[in-house]
Amino acid sequence: MKKWIAGAAIALAAMAGTAHADGHESYPERPIMMMVSYGAGGATDFQARIVTMTAGNEDALGMPIAIVNRPGAGGRVGWNWFATEAEADGYTLGAYNIPHFVAQSIEGGVEYSTESFEPIANWGADPAVFVVGADSEFNSMEDVVNYAKENPGGLTFSGAGLFVGHHIAALQLEKAAGVKLAYIPNNQGGAGAMRAVIAGEVLGGVNNLSDAFRAQEAGNVKILGVFDVARNEEFLPDVPTMMEQGYDIDNASVNFRGVMVPKGTPQPIIDKLAEIVPTMFENGRVQSRMAAGGSPMAIMTRDEVLEMWAARQETLEELLAGL
Amino acid sequence: MDFLFYMGDVFTPINFGLLLLGTIGGLILGATPGLSPTMAVALLIPFTFQLEPQQGLILLGAAYTSTVAGGAVSAILLKIPGAPANIATTLDGHTMATKGEGAKALQLSFLASAVGGLFGVFLLIFLTPVLAQWALAFGPSHLFWLAILGVTVIGTLDSSSVVKGLLSGCIGLWLATIGFDDIMGAQRFIFHPSVSGGINVIPALIGLFAIPQVITMFTKGRSSDDAEVISVKKHPIRLAFLEVFKRKAALTIGTLTGSIIGLIPGVGGQIAGLVAYDQSKKFSKESEKFGTGHSEGVIAAESANNAMVGPSLVPLLTLSIPGSPTAAVLLGGLLIHGIFPGPDLFMNYPQVAWTFIDSMLIGQILMCIFGLYIAGLAASVARIPHAVMAAIVLGLAVFGSYSVQNSMGDVYVMATLGLGMYFLERFGFSAAPLVLGLILGPIAEANFIQGSMIANATVGIGSYFFTGWLNWLLIVIVLASISYSVWMEVAQRRYTTKDDAVAKEEALS
Repeated sequence: MKKWIAGAAIALAAMAGTAHADGHESYPERPIMMMVSYGAGGATDFQARIVTMTAGNEDALGMPIAIVNRPGAGGRVGWNWFATEAEADGYTLGAYNIPHFVAQSIEGGVEYSTESFEPIANWGADPAVFVVGADSEFNSMEDVVNYAKENPGGLTFSGAGLFVGHHIAALQLEKAAGVKLAYIPNNQGGAGAMRAVIAGEVLGGVNNLSDAFRAQEAGNVKILGVFDVARNEEFLPDVPTMMEQGYDIDNASVNFRGVMVPKGTPQPIIDKLAEIVPTMFENGRVQSRMAAGGSPMAIMTRDEVLEMWAARQETLEELLAGL
Repeated sequence: MDFLFYMGDVFTPINFGLLLLGTIGGLILGATPGLSPTMAVALLIPFTFQLEPQQGLILLGAAYTSTVAGGAVSAILLKIPGAPANIATTLDGHTMATKGEGAKALQLSFLASAVGGLFGVFLLIFLTPVLAQWALAFGPSHLFWLAILGVTVIGTLDSSSVVKGLLSGCIGLWLATIGFDDIMGAQRFIFHPSVSGGINVIPALIGLFAIPQVITMFTKGRSSDDAEVISVKKHPIRLAFLEVFKRKAALTIGTLTGSIIGLIPGVGGQIAGLVAYDQSKKFSKESEKFGTGHSEGVIAAESANNAMVGPSLVPLLTLSIPGSPTAAVLLGGLLIHGIFPGPDLFMNYPQVAWTFIDSMLIGQILMCIFGLYIAGLAASVARIPHAVMAAIVLGLAVFGSYSVQNSMGDVYVMATLGLGMYFLERFGFSAAPLVLGLILGPIAEANFIQGSMIANATVGIGSYFFTGWLNWLLIVIVLASISYSVWMEVAQRRYTTKDDAVAKEEALS
């Protein structure tokens, strides 16, 4: 009987604990869900699964993170849901892609902006690169720009869509080189855009560094330049940046991936996640799986991400103003 | 002959156990409406984290193979295609089931699947380098013409008249425009938040096929308490073998069409079954029997959708480009183990690559054996009273639609389309052309826009879409397909008379 009363008391205390909004010490008490706004098997989904696989460890959150996909309209469906319907209780996380959601919010027609979300930590940074077919006559960005000068608007090149990193990179290139190009957005994302380059349907393309690296290893493409402020020493130490080739292009198109929560999530929970989540990304098993998948990592804390979001907002507003 | 050398690896106890697990699990997942092969493979990927690369791929390969075939079970018994690939199977398969020949239809479908599937995997083994070039040959203009070819099929597919077929196709094309458009990101017809991501094909498929069935079952359950039990005729497997190999034309057309279409990135399995069904109908001596529970229909559709499995992996394994959504998920599964597909895949990881392919070969055979066993159980499904069956199907329909994107919006879409389809069916319209419109609309549109953007920057639209032998070949097939439909219409005058409508009504209820 005593045991029974003790048990009931513990159960009551536990219930009171969950009901009480102030006591977040015991968070998380149940498994956490993380929304990915792209389909299962895509790069964002695949990386999200790897970086969260150690969440259940005792030294991490102690509770597993389950990935839930809400794909559609280039991520707009998932992020709309996350901004308007997701519960801000700390049990609903989301994956963000910068510059995608910022560019989409500037373009309009969606219900989110950087104000709708609270970043937790950043795990990856996949820069855009310029690729051409393996047998292309172009061997440097200078060749590409010269061709574009001789044929204004005639240089066709593919990318994953409008208002995504590839499109931003394309706009930056047009602006920096002072030429008119024919950007062809692909309806099947980065993979479709790469196919168009390999098949020779377009003269070149902007694509993800990780995918382009694999395609170059397979002997299908040449990589002519990186849209980032520094070379990628891990995968492509020999490929110069756009800046080195004389085009004033920064890292505004780099595809940053990380974890966020909806606005209104209790501050203690945000603080706890911001402290623990980056250590999950630093886990050795996570790092080796990411390296094996050819996915460049860039771990950033909540403060660094807040700064990066604000900087992107400014650059993109300026860049997209002319559209 | 490398594939024979590594064949032994498939039969180590743990590998073979995984193969069995993947095959049986795949059949069950495939038979569940809404769980498409892509989703089944995606669900399994986290489990492969703990396995060796070779073992992980065996599991994924077996699951891919058998989910495609498993979709036929619900298509035949419940008239709910498990995935778009199984739409064509419902046309004759379900009609056979209502006549009490469900067991026979299932046996035929699994045997045809195995024949098509084995052929497809052998193509993958022997012709990969040649086929890789062929897969790259299809640019935006060719995909556009291919989608138009699909549209020409719409009219003659399972409707009481060509005009009604075309009308339901148009409804499908319109539904496809809802949501953000694929390329420009413009918003179209978003009148409710549920459709902001567009109409997803899987919930639409479930709604259009399952809901009219459910309503019919409920109405029938009320009118007669002792709903007549369809007696399921036992059908010896030996006879099914004879039947499949007697229908050589359907089997050949299905297998070849499936293999060729499977190769084309982005179109793949969704329309392979339907195009094969239509082609074998046009070439068959008994074309008027199609749609009335004719075995050729089942054989063509199912051999095609399994034949596409092997070739659909060609672009992935050789060029590292996923040709279908399922291949994209498989790519994720490979990368997670540090394996980069590409031309040197078979040099660098022969053990993994060949064992994977071998497991698909053995998987086809296992799938066929278990499938034939399931066919024997088909009788029990038919013995369930209508009211109970309707409740089960309704539950599966809601579950299947929700699980695609974890979204209630998809359930609303499913219910709305289903209710609408119930009334359209009363007027002689049918669901298959509508779904085909929904699938082909985005392919035709996106490739037309992409093609014209490239054309405007280079040679101009006229010469982009109308030069090159592949464009002309497709145009000629499109024209031939249209003239055939017109000729059929004129020759047979397939107007729906009042008697036809009554007969159709009786067949439905």
